[in-house]
Amino acid sequence: MAKTKKKMPGLNTTSTADISFMLLIFFLVTTSMDTDMGLTRHLPKPPDPDQEDATMDIKARNILYVRLNAAGQLWIQDEMNFGYGDIRELRPRVKEFVKNEQNLSRLPEKHVKNIDLLGQCFVTDKHVVSVQTDRGTPYNIYFQVQNELVAAYNELRNELSKEKFGREFQYLKDEEKAAIRQYYPQNISEAEPKKYGGDQ
Amino acid sequence: MAFKKKEKRGMPEMNTSSLPDLIFTILFFFMMVTTMREVTLKVKFTVPQGTELEKLMKKSVVSFIYVGPPTDNLRAQMGNSTRIQLNDRYAEAREVMDFIAAERQGMMNQAEQIISIKADQQTQMGYITDIKEVLRKSWALRINYSASRRN
Repeated sequence: MAKTKKKMPGLNTTSTADISFMLLIFFLVTTSMDTDMGLTRHLPKPPDPDQEDATMDIKARNILYVRLNAAGQLWIQDEMNFGYGDIRELRPRVKEFVKNEQNLSRLPEKHVKNIDLLGQCFVTDKHVVSVQTDRGTPYNIYFQVQNELVAAYNELRNELSKEKFGREFQYLKDEEKAAIRQYYPQNISEAEPKKYGGDQ
Repeated sequence: MAFKKKEKRGMPEMNTSSLPDLIFTILFFFMMVTTMREVTLKVKFTVPQGTELEKLMKKSVVSFIYVGPPTDNLRAQMGNSTRIQLNDRYAEAREVMDFIAAERQGMMNQAEQIISIKADQQTQMGYITDIKEVLRKSWALRINYSASRRN
């Protein structure tokens, strides 16, 4: 009689929640939610071995030299002005150079270009910012220079997109972004461009 | 009998048998998103600080190259000069090419490969330039200079 009444007692699972809570907390603590951040750049394509002379010919007015020596000093040079400069000077210099608002002859030449959504534009798409470093240049200095260059372009693009579309660049649609990019292409070169016209 | 029944009636206990399942679900979520660092760092580095940073969204296409002096416990054997770390060991700049090829093997969309360079602030540009030259030759053209945000 008694034997048939006896039932298998259920396993006490009250503590399962506590155990899984502990595991959960362990993973919460060890998870590094920090997203990796950094400055994204595109390297130029490798030089073509068939092409013996890969140097480009660029007019002197179209190049802005940014040189960094082993001591980490910054040298900025366009067609008219050159000399050692502070990192803070770099951003306005690059902006002035790329924009060439008054179409000055010492700054990059402007071309008429048909851009979707923007129509006929007068752009300095032939400009090149040439960054040259020494093997001894500290990486931090180089990074700060890159950061300033990207910042200059971003500011220009933001100004233009606010003027044309009323929004900041990051909020634009893809085709609007493409149009702005065509207006201000990022021409940062780390190779040595050959120049002609005008002496150093 | 009837009285006894009334006495027993009270607030019914909440059924918590599904609580472990709920917790397990959250646990599994965290186990999924957790990316355990698969390499042990053998170099020390403090990344530079910048303002124009972008987030690396697709972790699956990112390969890391670490550059910096050896960590404190390895300094006695390895010296103090800048080293390049690929996977779990020190390497030379020219070995980057094999590293890139190996990293590409398992990638779904190889064209989107991004190389993140985590280099110490004090590194001399020579090392970085060498790495960049090799990267160019291996057609790994999208790179990312790892940095932290400056306020």
